[in-house]
Amino acid sequence: MNRVGVLALQGAVSEHLRMAARVGCEPVPVTDAATLLGCDALVIPGGESTTISRLIHTRGLARPLCYFAVQKPVLGTCAGMILCAKAVTESGKGPEPLGLMNITVERNGFGRQVNSFETDLSVTGLGSLPAVFIRAPYIKTAGPEVRILAYVKNRAVMAEQGTLLVTAFHPELTDDLNVYRYFTAKIQPA
Amino acid sequence: MDTTKTGTLAVKRGMAQMQKGGVIMDVVNAEQAKIAESAGAVAVMALERVPSDIRAAGGVARMADPLIIEEVMKAVTIPVMAKARIGHIAEAHILEALGVDYIDESEVLTPADEEFHILKSEYTVPFVCGCRDLGEGLRRIGEGASMLRTKGEPGTGNIVEAVRHMRKVQSELHVLCAKSDDELMAYAKSIGAPYELVCEVKRLGALPVVNFAAGGIATPADAALMMMLGADGVFVGSGIFKSANPEKFAKAIVHATLNYREYPMLAELSKGLGTPMKGLEIAALPSSQRMQERGW
Repeated sequence: MNRVGVLALQGAVSEHLRMAARVGCEPVPVTDAATLLGCDALVIPGGESTTISRLIHTRGLARPLCYFAVQKPVLGTCAGMILCAKAVTESGKGPEPLGLMNITVERNGFGRQVNSFETDLSVTGLGSLPAVFIRAPYIKTAGPEVRILAYVKNRAVMAEQGTLLVTAFHPELTDDLNVYRYFTAKIQPA
Repeated sequence: MDTTKTGTLAVKRGMAQMQKGGVIMDVVNAEQAKIAESAGAVAVMALERVPSDIRAAGGVARMADPLIIEEVMKAVTIPVMAKARIGHIAEAHILEALGVDYIDESEVLTPADEEFHILKSEYTVPFVCGCRDLGEGLRRIGEGASMLRTKGEPGTGNIVEAVRHMRKVQSELHVLCAKSDDELMAYAKSIGAPYELVCEVKRLGALPVVNFAAGGIATPADAALMMMLGADGVFVGSGIFKSANPEKFAKAIVHATLNYREYPMLAELSKGLGTPMKGLEIAALPSSQRMQERGW
């Protein structure tokens, strides 16, 4: 059984663990490098990107995460997408991204919580699926190796680069398993 | 076709889910908000006075001046919450118009209505409400609250009431989930909760929204204790900016909340923090000064 780790520092951890189990994987909460190394894929969940970023650095997880991401699939949702990015606009006081994917992102790109929304999102290769956007970021620029998979309000909100997958929305807050199936299909058979 | 919908259950409850494992801090100005953000707070609560000062000042406590709320909103990129009085529909609409990310319909302020709470399902902005037991929590969810917290006894720096309220909710959840389906209507009646929500809790085996701890958290150990008792995260009111060293306290409480099972780390975090806020003995508070008894 594939082991899907969920970075368990802050945010929607239990929701992602449940989704991993629902697609037939073994869910593994990850708080240290040793546990991370035992996983076949990793999810960086939604939460407060600034908070998660600080915790990654204080726990010395930045390098292990970068090392993991060049070998195995990583899914970043919302705050997780911000952390996967190469750069964040209006940076400085905000999160320090890990630079896993060649994208720059705009935090809170759709406005404050009262502007948060859900919608039926058309995703390349997956068709239409329900997507929940909460104080969501969007992808402002992407390198040539990045494939944009979905747009909302003319803004890029889902992308992949090899085995890296990022979404500005929260697949873990719906019952739709398509994003999760697409992600776990990236795991190489042992 | 535009299928975009704002203010849905998933959007409102989801916002609180993203705060899990985090600390939400009371702040009264931009400077405090920045300290909270850099310490790793997941959100700040913008107030005119922290609960212990509200307690000391007496009189009627109201929604904060919008200028203070706007100042805090400009200072940080993390979510900003603000408090409305229980039942004060107009304050709630004003806070929504300001664009705050969450409204706390709070017993810390003087209630505007001694019979009815705000119908929170009518708003795009999500609400958090306090509760002392499961029935009270489910009534608030029934009105549309997207997040719960214990009431505790705000502004006392005394954790005993928050512990009582968290224990009560957890214990009633266990009782409810062990009941057979034909017992649920009578149980709903006995705790004064909407039947549909009682059924939903049984089906989920848990509350349908996150439940934080609030009211009396003064030290990193207090925050860790509430997490051990099943809180999804913590609110710290007077505890941080009434302590001798707010920056250090704020960081220590954030790390204690996230690492509440790592005892050697808790020991390190608790060292040399200086004086915590001065605490109050609950028994010494006359009933009229117990904020937790506000709410119906």
